[in-house]
Amino acid sequence: MIEADSGEIWAIIICLGIGTFLIRFSFLGLVGDRPLPGWALRLLRYTPVAVLPAVASPMIFGSGEHAAEPLRLVCAALTVIVGIWTRSVLWAIVAGLGLFFGLGAILQLS
Amino acid sequence: MSPSTRQFLTGVRDGLPFHIVIWPFAAIFGAIAAQAGLNVAQVMGFSVLMIAGSAQLTALQLMTEQAPTVIVILTALAVNLRAGMYSASITPHLGKAPLLTRAFAAYLLYDQPFALSSVKFEEEPELSLSEKLGYFFGVAIPIGLGWYAMTLFGALLGDRMPSDIGLEFAVPITFLAVIAPLLKSLAHLASAVTAMVLALVLDVLPFGTGLLVAACVALFVGAGVETWVEKRKARR
Repeated sequence: MIEADSGEIWAIIICLGIGTFLIRFSFLGLVGDRPLPGWALRLLRYTPVAVLPAVASPMIFGSGEHAAEPLRLVCAALTVIVGIWTRSVLWAIVAGLGLFFGLGAILQLS
Repeated sequence: MSPSTRQFLTGVRDGLPFHIVIWPFAAIFGAIAAQAGLNVAQVMGFSVLMIAGSAQLTALQLMTEQAPTVIVILTALAVNLRAGMYSASITPHLGKAPLLTRAFAAYLLYDQPFALSSVKFEEEPELSLSEKLGYFFGVAIPIGLGWYAMTLFGALLGDRMPSDIGLEFAVPITFLAVIAPLLKSLAHLASAVTAMVLALVLDVLPFGTGLLVAACVALFVGAGVETWVEKRKARR
């Protein structure tokens, strides 16, 4: 249970709201429509493909009670393969999560 | 129908698969927060002011451990620092928008709208600013509304919500699904593999800083491989 009083809790919520916004607003707000140099644009094009796997990988392989479970590794691999093959985010999600929750349910029943 | 409205609807449609994951995630956050002793207004305050699932859960976890206020704030913000990279990356596309529009886009610059918009804008560079804004908000607004609504649902249900349904695995799966179609060049592949391996190795670093280091190195690997491939092609 959280023992902080209501004032402290609201202080945390408001500071986190402002801080989160400022992080997201940083470049959009300050750089705006000023042109960025070519080398910066080239780097920034790789942001999605650099950040999202870095977020996902510890959740899939990393520490924790379900770390590197065979079922999870197979589902992650299937998601990537279907995504590359169909070029569709939707089918990749349907394949990966479908197998995970489908097989998960079967394994729990047995 | 105007081109920007059409892009808004395309964004809404492209965002649909993410509702599968976001709805239960929000409901679980709401339930855990209510069980930890927050009232409904406070739980909603988190989801409305932040729209940042992992940072919200981090803050909640630390508050439950009675961590000092400053530690809670700094740690939860550190978890969300990757949004600074999103901000830099989306600026070349949305930077010409009026200040208030940019502020609203920044408020909604969470993982899914950023990821889908980046992919879209790279594949269709001819889109106008208003079309790009339409697409971005088309992804961001419905998922955001779902985030609010399901947080409320979870907070009201409280302890009748099952909290371990394997959801902590569902979110990374959707991230992999977004980037898989992007792995069409050697540079993208090298960047993604670098990020995955380094993030695992650096997972021991505190406050999610390992993720940031891994992602920054992966940016340079991607751009470096791209330059190298271009040079090789030029020499032939």
